Amino acid sequence: MAPAAPSSSAISLHDAVALSGRFPLLAGVDLEVADGESLLVEGPNGAGKTSLLRVCAGLVPLASGRVAVLGLDPVRRRAQLRRRVGLLSHSSHLYDDLTVRENVRFAVRAAGAGADRIDPACERLGLTGRLLKTPASKLSAGQRRRVALAVLAARWPELWMLDEPHAGLDASARVVLDELIGEATAGGVTVLIASHESALVEPLVTRAVTVTGGRVTAERRIGATRVESEVAHVA
Amino acid sequence: MWRDTLLVAGKDLRIEARSLVALSQVAPFGIVALVLFAFALGPDRALMARGAPGLFWVAVLFCTVLAVQRSVSVESADGARDGLRLSGLDPAGLFLGKAVAVAAQLVVLEALLAVGVVLLYGARIDVPWLIVVSCVLGSIGLATTGTLYGALSAGLRVRETLLPFLLLPIVAPVLLAGTRIWQAAMAGGTPADGTQWLRLLVIFDAVYVALGIVVYGPIQETA
Repeated sequence: MAPAAPSSSAISLHDAVALSGRFPLLAGVDLEVADGESLLVEGPNGAGKTSLLRVCAGLVPLASGRVAVLGLDPVRRRAQLRRRVGLLSHSSHLYDDLTVRENVRFAVRAAGAGADRIDPACERLGLTGRLLKTPASKLSAGQRRRVALAVLAARWPELWMLDEPHAGLDASARVVLDELIGEATAGGVTVLIASHESALVEPLVTRAVTVTGGRVTAERRIGATRVESEVAHVA
Repeated sequence: MWRDTLLVAGKDLRIEARSLVALSQVAPFGIVALVLFAFALGPDRALMARGAPGLFWVAVLFCTVLAVQRSVSVESADGARDGLRLSGLDPAGLFLGKAVAVAAQLVVLEALLAVGVVLLYGARIDVPWLIVVSCVLGSIGLATTGTLYGALSAGLRVRETLLPFLLLPIVAPVLLAGTRIWQAAMAGGTPADGTQWLRLLVIFDAVYVALGIVVYGPIQETA
């Protein structure tokens, strides 16, 4: 039996296997992410980065193995967990017929966060003036991403899981995103960033793991030895 | 739960107020269905009046399928369903909120279709309160079953064709009870018969509200 997750672990996966039908999404992931740590999950397309985040968010159940997120089983204890985590995924989760402000307001209120944080978060992401009253259907992909980020910034959960967070953002929005991640990690928030744009993310994290074929195949400290350890690849 | 119900219902009704799908597409579809039924029955006004209760509820069922599909498709775009799952909303509140929004739209649609039935078929209503109560109870039953089966089909590529196949047989009791209540409320009917069928609608509604509250969460996670 795998050892119990240390109490200081924000995320703990032991031999985690997840399937989509018979197709393996994760093929035995072992990973520990400490409280307050910022971690880059890198790897090629289809390696399992997004699946790893979705498992941690409780959107995909494990076929075998164990997972604990903030000390909770993300499937069995999803009600207690979900308001404590934020997932920025490829989709923005917006309703086309609602305005920017209505979308942010609904998402923040649905997550049980205070409405007083909505305006500052929108302002920070450049969602001001007429843009706030614009229906989501009229937004560009980058603007939709900004709205999703505004929701995350307004909610400010304990664990941020960001899937390719820089994708679709212009230079100014990328700066704001990096500032937000910096503030979050400085404030003790655990941040998990899945990205194949390692150069953009490395300044924001302290450790990186490489996912290949649904497994964690390498791990390194950022700013230390380039490749610190190779994780045994179980054939 | 009630806070989440209001939040979700308000969101869905706001989306409907912006898009006007129910009023600009579903209601005209229902009216066209009534007109086609009238063509099929021919010029016999007495026959049309006799058939009016059943044809009204068949048109309502068709409109229900469209309204529920719209309610499901709103959550399908841009990963909104995942957004709802991740928000931590109480699944029971989510179910009730979506059902309340569909029911509210159905009540409006039924009011329009009832006017259509009176004008097109020459139906004469003697006991209006029975009609109103049957429409409210029928809307609750149709909205709750529709929301439940809509969630079941939500993750499937064939949901547009699967939903009517799943939903229409299940709501047959609403069609039956609604038709009998309308017959009782119309000229020549016996209102006392209608109140008995109202009980069936109340039981149907109670069963599906309770079922939805219990199983909507698991369905949403696995569909």
